[in-house]
Amino acid sequence: MLTLEEALIATGGGVLIGISATILLAFNGRVAGISGILEGILPPSDENTRWRAVFLVGMIATGLAMAPVLPDAFIDVNRPIWLVTVAGLLVGIGTRMSNGCTSGHGVCGMAMFSKRSFVAVGVFLTTGILTATIAGQILGGV
Amino acid sequence: MSNSGPIVPALISGILFGAGLVISGMTDPTKVIGFLDLLNGWDPTLAFVLAGATGSHMIARQLLKDKIPEKFESAKESKESVDNTLIIGSVMFGMGWGLGGYCPGPALTAVIPAMGTTLVFTISMLVGMAIYRWTQNRATASI
Repeated sequence: MLTLEEALIATGGGVLIGISATILLAFNGRVAGISGILEGILPPSDENTRWRAVFLVGMIATGLAMAPVLPDAFIDVNRPIWLVTVAGLLVGIGTRMSNGCTSGHGVCGMAMFSKRSFVAVGVFLTTGILTATIAGQILGGV
Repeated sequence: MSNSGPIVPALISGILFGAGLVISGMTDPTKVIGFLDLLNGWDPTLAFVLAGATGSHMIARQLLKDKIPEKFESAKESKESVDNTLIIGSVMFGMGWGLGGYCPGPALTAVIPAMGTTLVFTISMLVGMAIYRWTQNRATASI
């Protein structure tokens, strides 16, 4: 079970994400939805490609910079490669079909009281729980 | 390029987003699967992260909405109705999330430090996005 300290750190990390989304809204007038930002840098480029690319560079560089400090935060999942490949395809197609992921629908959409986002979060959380729980029974825990 | 948006806030936003994901443990797919898998030692971390992120952003929105209405207008949703593509897409995303333990943000943040299955996941995710866009372009072209 989580200690109080771990719960506070997790909440604090979440607040950083909330501040990040607020900055992007306040200065760029944009929703911090990672799947949309990522899909948006695929060619052809348009007037939004530049800020999206800069956002993603900041994000990836931060992961790289923090890895030596918090190596335990970065580990591969012990699932077979074919399953990880299927998982990636499902996340890629699914998030674009539904116009959002955990950040776009979860953080930003729910914070703007969007009905679509509440439905999306309810559906992907339920499906994610069912899938991970069944996979855990077949393949064992991670 | 009038609509391109300022670069510096986008960079700071990306840095804070990545840092928040790392600090909260969300770049570790075992913590994410640990939350979604209810029968293998449940890990509630993800609920605190989502509550912290959504809650703080919700409060910030309330404080800012009358000050910068034009920014809120440009960040509005493109669609308002709940339709089948929203449901089917969310089901697909949930399945992939539950199998791989990654959603797009954490996968990107971890892609260089965790070069193995994380890289495979991230490339597949990009391919999935490109496939969906291609099917949409084809559908538009055939009308």
